[in-house]
Amino acid sequence: MTGVLTGILGGIGATVLGLLAMIGRVTIFLGQTLSHMVRPPFYPREFGSALLTIGWLSLPVVGLTAIFTGGALALQIYAGGSRFDAEAVVPQIVAIGMVRELGPVLVGLMIAARVTSSIAAEIATMKVTEQIDALVTLSTHPMKYLTVPRVLAALITVPVLVGVGDVIGILGGYQVATGQLGFNPAAYLKNTIDFLEPLDVISSLVKGAVFGVIAALMGCYSGMNSGRGAQGVGRATKSAVEAAAVMILAANFLLTGVFFSL
Amino acid sequence: MIRFDDVHKSFGPKKVLRGMTLEVPKGESMVIIGGSGTGKSVALKCVLGLIRPDSGTITVEGGEGRDRDAFLARFGMLFQGGALFDSLPVWQNVAFRLLRGSLKRPRDEAKAIAVEKLRRVGLKPDVADLFPAELSGGMQKRVGLARAICADPEIIFFDEPTTGLDPIMAGVINELIREIVTEMGATAMTITHDMTSVRAIADRVAMLHDGVIQWTGPVGQMDTSGDPYLDQFIHGRAEGPIEAVR
Ligand SMILES: Nc1ncnc2c1ncn2[C@@H]1O[C@H](COP(=O)(O)OP(=O)(O)OP(=O)(O)O)[C@@H](O)[C@H]1O
Ligand SMILES: [Mg+2]
Repeated sequence: MTGVLTGILGGIGATVLGLLAMIGRVTIFLGQTLSHMVRPPFYPREFGSALLTIGWLSLPVVGLTAIFTGGALALQIYAGGSRFDAEAVVPQIVAIGMVRELGPVLVGLMIAARVTSSIAAEIATMKVTEQIDALVTLSTHPMKYLTVPRVLAALITVPVLVGVGDVIGILGGYQVATGQLGFNPAAYLKNTIDFLEPLDVISSLVKGAVFGVIAALMGCYSGMNSGRGAQGVGRATKSAVEAAAVMILAANFLLTGVFFSL
Repeated sequence: MIRFDDVHKSFGPKKVLRGMTLEVPKGESMVIIGGSGTGKSVALKCVLGLIRPDSGTITVEGGEGRDRDAFLARFGMLFQGGALFDSLPVWQNVAFRLLRGSLKRPRDEAKAIAVEKLRRVGLKPDVADLFPAELSGGMQKRVGLARAICADPEIIFFDEPTTGLDPIMAGVINELIREIVTEMGATAMTITHDMTSVRAIADRVAMLHDGVIQWTGPVGQMDTSGDPYLDQFIHGRAEGPIEAVR
């Protein structure tokens, strides 16, 4: 009996220690990234292409995610609200739900799926095929050339994507509410705009920036630390997406606490 | 001059280098031979700092007290697997150093140099705009070679430059390496399994076996060394002191 117990506790302990060790290594990696971010040389071309792949090319998936979520949110709030005659709150709740939580979280998760995975797979493949070693021999620091442009591009573009997602989500709710549920279009928009506070929007964008950094950083971190062979690339990609998604959700919880419970 | 002094390197329980000691004189062409998996590639990577030896020292003459970028700028390396950047077209691979950093120059100038280096490794200018994935294995190898020599480095490492090439192209590459050493005065370390290559490009030969340099000397003495390990290797005999299963 005690054997089983110590076994279980030992397992939990090992997992927690492993997690803490990884958080430590990721923090060091973040520190290195930041220190390389402010020291030349800089690679504007790589930064430009990262802006394109992380920001611009993510727009369709962000838009689709947001529009369906906003629409479903409107339907749910209407159905739930009508149980106690509160269906009129649809515009306000859709706005606050999208901007404060669903916009940033869903965009963050979509970025983890789309961007973290591709960064991790690309960098891990480069590691496995010695391209990272080749970079070093060509006097190019892999952190500066690979990590910094991607993290910086995510820091800048993901808040914008979240902003776009918020707006599209609200419009999704608006479409459903005015088309199906009989809301007055002008009143719906007015209610939405009157209800949102600046802090709602700021929190949304700050979350976007943090989630963007997490997504790009985890992709780079796992890629750079990939094991050997195709299996190594697969593992690196999987663990990057997993870690990014969990960290985004945890960071969301912390940030919501910071912004709205003080 | 590059000097390995009692260099040891293990990966987990696997001892790869066990006290490698070797001197490569400046301006000479040293060829490293030895069985597959004996640590030849590892030895080159140790010089470049891509792998840190467990113990022992490696000194590169003139490299003391300089920063890492300046140190690496003196080297060119052809990786065994090519290690081309598959997100960049061929010419940007070749001219990588010339497009950024301290050696940066205008793009059209860099491209002209890349095309010239490609020609030296026997590739036509129209290859320049292809991507590495569109090339055959032997073509990729030659692009890697062009990249290694593009910035005219003082010290060049070639990890199996002729593997996967047809005999004529292998001859072209052997001549090119010889030229780089004699004309540009570069120091070269080449790993190869091809004995024709060894004779064509080496000033000196070193044989790595069991983690140490089993034999080293001028290429002319290779056939009369009397070393049973070396003899077995250069004649490709299955019987001898080197076991076939390693
Ligand atoms: N990064 C690494 N991690 C673990 N083991 C490694 C690593 N790099 C090399 N090895 C091991 O070191 C040994 C020597 O490898 P190396 O690539 O130097 O061989 P080699 O002499 O170049 O062989 P070949 O002629 O086949 O290229 C091999 O057994 C290899 O498995
Ligand atoms: Mg090798």
